Amino acid sequence: MKPPPFDYRAPRTLEEALEDLAEGGKVLAGGQSLIPLLNMRLAAPERLIDINGVASLDALEVTAAGVRAGALARHAAVERSAEAAAVQPLLRQALRHVAHPVIRNRGTVVGSLAHADPAAELPAVLALLDGHVEAASASGRRTVAAADFFTGPLESALRPEELATAAFFPALPPRTGTAFAELARRHGDYALVGAAALVTLDDDLRVRAARAAYLGVADTPVVLDLTGPAVQGQEGRPPGAVDWSAAAAHAVARVNPGGDIHAGADYRRHLVGVLTGRALAEAARNAPPGGT
Amino acid sequence: MSGEPVFEITMTVNGVRRGARAPARRLLSDFLRHDLGLTGTHVGCEHGVCGCCTVLMDGDPVRSCLTLAITAAGHEITTVEGLAPGDGEPSPVQRAFQECHGLQCGFCTPGFLCTVTALLRDNPRPTDEEVLEGISGNLCRCTGYQNIVASVHRAAELIAESGDGS
Ligand SMILES: Cc1cc2nc3c(=O)[nH]c(=O)nc-3n(C[C@H](O)[C@H](O)[C@H](O)COP(=O)(O)OP(=O)(O)OC[C@H]3O[C@@H](n4cnc5c(N)ncnc54)[C@H](O)[C@@H]3O)c2cc1C
Ligand code: FES
Ligand code: FES
Repeated sequence: MKPPPFDYRAPRTLEEALEDLAEGGKVLAGGQSLIPLLNMRLAAPERLIDINGVASLDALEVTAAGVRAGALARHAAVERSAEAAAVQPLLRQALRHVAHPVIRNRGTVVGSLAHADPAAELPAVLALLDGHVEAASASGRRTVAAADFFTGPLESALRPEELATAAFFPALPPRTGTAFAELARRHGDYALVGAAALVTLDDDLRVRAARAAYLGVADTPVVLDLTGPAVQGQEGRPPGAVDWSAAAAHAVARVNPGGDIHAGADYRRHLVGVLTGRALAEAARNAPPGGT
Repeated sequence: MSGEPVFEITMTVNGVRRGARAPARRLLSDFLRHDLGLTGTHVGCEHGVCGCCTVLMDGDPVRSCLTLAITAAGHEITTVEGLAPGDGEPSPVQRAFQECHGLQCGFCTPGFLCTVTALLRDNPRPTDEEVLEGISGNLCRCTGYQNIVASVHRAAELIAESGDGS
């Protein structure tokens, strides 16, 4: 199990990286997905562009608008950031489910999005929050909305010559709570199914909106608006007393997971119901009653 | 390996500047073991699952089988050979694993020792749950983990007693 040979580039600046990429090749970020593929010879890129020496890419910027993670912001750094957790708590909630702490020391948030594994947590987070990815190539820059970014299993809208320079996760709206729930065979493994949830309360602290995003049920993250079934027939109930079963049933009816050696389609569908209920209830509990 | 370019790769390993010539595809695990002769770092799965190749890079535990040696060039690497202070005495974490029978065959042990050394540096008094989370990426086929968890708590005690926090 050794990587096949490749031409190696170690650019020091973003411009150099983009010039290297224009000649063709694959980006090496944390390597926590790419190097296993190389070791098992499931990938044999002709050239690797190792961006670990591009210091400007490791920025983690937190503003009132949201969290912007540069291409070298490691999972562990984002998970540890109290500022990021205050502005967008879903990031830390989800990152705790991404692999093991040691893998998170190297793996990057942007790399996880670019890798676009259908069982990965962060694509579902970006999709639920309507975030975006910033891409750059030698010929220009563009921003790709989450809804357009994930195009298939392990496929993103990034062009071969493009580097994803950063990902932006918008801040939580006021009176909103989030939660993340998943089921994996072993803690730290890729999940069978996972659900990220977001619940917003109104001025009277009743549920006004409920949305969830799922991983492991399709080739790309699935985002569902569950506001209707979450609100109907619950008038007057405080968020802690809402019955989420209608929302869970609604979600189950709208996903169409496949089966594989890890779990059958019926079991995955069942998990969508269970995890929807859990994640929505916790998100509602996490919604701050105050102005933020 | 005819025609494959080789690079002069240097890094600080256990406090000493070390270098060797290797191709870009050389994994850090193989660089340490084959090029530098430091066979304390073990290699099991080579795809990030077992944890026995874990070393410290600039103080943080990383998988040496999922890091290219050339990416680690210029960084500080600590392997199991570098955990003891150098006076012949084992480190507190090593002592605790010995006292509590935290190892049997020893294959997984270098990875556990590196992981736990960093864990206790960041969190000197972990709860059971924090220990389990901290070592969740390291597999052991012998001990059943009970004695490893006990070793981590014992190591925390030894470090607190010695009062130097290292
Ligand atoms: C044992 C193990 C368990 C894991 N479990 C999980 C899990 O439960 N959930 C999960 O989500 N992940 C898991 N992972 C994967 C981990 O999260 C990776 O870190 C992540 O998927 C990829 O990030 P990276 O920085 O390591 O990317 P790399 O491995 O460096 O790259 C991955 C791919 O993305 C491309 N890429 C990376 N960065 C960019 C960029 N800036 N621009 C353009 N392309 C880019 C690369 O070219 C490559 O194709 C696991 C990994 C291991 C080894
Ligand atoms: S050999 Fe590196 S994790 Fe198994
Ligand atoms: S002691 Fe044998 S594998 Fe852990």
